[in-house]
Amino acid sequence: MSALTLPPAGFSIAQYAICLKGIVWREALRFLHQRERFVSALVRPLVWLLIFAVGFRQVLGVSIIPPYETYIPYEVYIAPGLMAMIQLFNGMQSSLSMVYDREMGNMRTLLVSPFPRWFLLSGKLVAGTAVSLLQVYVFLAIAWFWDIQPPPIGYLTVLPALMVSGLMLGALGMLISSVVKQLESFAGVMNFVIFPMFFASSALYPLWRVQEASPALYYICQFNPFTHAVELIRFALYAQPNLLSLAVVCGCTGIFMSGAILAYDPARGLLVRGRRED
Amino acid sequence: MDALAVERLNHSYGSRKALDDVSFSVPSGRFVALLGLNGAGKSTLFSLITRLYAVRSGAIRVFGFDIRRDPGSALSLLGAVFQPRTLDLDLSVAQNLTYHAALHGIRAREGRKRAAELLRQIGLADRARDKVRNLSGGQMRRVEIARALLHRPRLLILDEPTVGLDIKARAEILDHVRTLVQREGVTVIWATHLVDEVAADDDLIVLHRAHILAHGAAAEIVTQNGGAGVAEAFTWLTGQSDGSEAA
Repeated sequence: MSALTLPPAGFSIAQYAICLKGIVWREALRFLHQRERFVSALVRPLVWLLIFAVGFRQVLGVSIIPPYETYIPYEVYIAPGLMAMIQLFNGMQSSLSMVYDREMGNMRTLLVSPFPRWFLLSGKLVAGTAVSLLQVYVFLAIAWFWDIQPPPIGYLTVLPALMVSGLMLGALGMLISSVVKQLESFAGVMNFVIFPMFFASSALYPLWRVQEASPALYYICQFNPFTHAVELIRFALYAQPNLLSLAVVCGCTGIFMSGAILAYDPARGLLVRGRRED
Repeated sequence: MDALAVERLNHSYGSRKALDDVSFSVPSGRFVALLGLNGAGKSTLFSLITRLYAVRSGAIRVFGFDIRRDPGSALSLLGAVFQPRTLDLDLSVAQNLTYHAALHGIRAREGRKRAAELLRQIGLADRARDKVRNLSGGQMRRVEIARALLHRPRLLILDEPTVGLDIKARAEILDHVRTLVQREGVTVIWATHLVDEVAADDDLIVLHRAHILAHGAAAEIVTQNGGAGVAEAFTWLTGQSDGSEAA
């Protein structure tokens, strides 16, 4: 082996871009092939919107609170929460499959790539987020017919908010699955992560109403990063900034991603499957 | 330069040792059979060589590049075929290959060109657009080998690549990989538990219960251990090892 045939040290930025594009492209292709996953990702928020919200609108009045400028029906209030819910489910689902066996074959293919592992795992999270964007925009398109009609510019300004909230939730899923041994199944994640995060947030009711009912829960909601994801999306959908939520979501994304990359151990998924591979 | 150098490698799952102070080296351009029963430590070794598991004790170098210190350079020179199938069943053969090309920073057009050439070599050029799901087990394995060669590695490692295949497919794949060694000068490490896949002029490493029992030319190992054949030599070596452990 002559020195001339050895690879150059490191990759160019263009090669990093090729790799990232490849990872996102594959995830999108896979998603389009899995129609059931697509349908169930849509049915869940639509059930909330079309059944729960209709039933609940008489019970819960929503006063005028920013970013809304008039009284709004309950469906309009919970739409951003449901968009965040789509991302929450998608993030948890894809991250869980990265850590445990379901996608282990694909993770092997990914991880033997010579690119740095932090980049490969981040690329995977970006790809998962891209899939959640597809789901959210299809949901918004359907919701338009139920009078969820934010200003047209809102469809554009919500995009960066969705990107960062999607990354935060995907990274959180990966971190939790890597650190908490007991959460091997989706049912466990649903009971101990998704439901508490969703219900202890501003997704279904404004926080001032929570404060009236229970100050303790109000504080919990305020410390819940999901609340800030919902609020970031809510404001962005009406083309308004929410700097506090943006700061919290960006900060949490950084922390969760660093933690997830450090904690990720491919041996875990393989070990859970049993040690029969030797 | 050695294609692969493994030095004092240890790996444990809890209290169970999967690899115990394992050292060996593989010269460039050879076909090396890594023979061991299920549970010998072969897959653990492969997981460490491919950086899937972190090397905690000992060292692995691929053409001189330490997998821990310079994994990018080491993995650029390495192609791997894992025991479990790792192709995306819902994607086409060509899509699987161009995805792999992207993971090595190769542009889509160049990736497609290389994929077409490799598929032609394995006789599957007409299946490029087919979903992987529709291929036979043997064809999938051949695609996986083609994929592992797409970034032109100098070392190819295969973990039990013929498991679950019929006799004809097994022979074809083994033949294809041996041809790669002869024609392209690729170094191959072929892990197996099937003694009939080892030829007399191969290099042979016998791995048993986390230890290397023998390493050298297969013919020599056979001569030193009864002289009847690889199967008998393997039985003799592993029997000796188990006996001494029991004692």
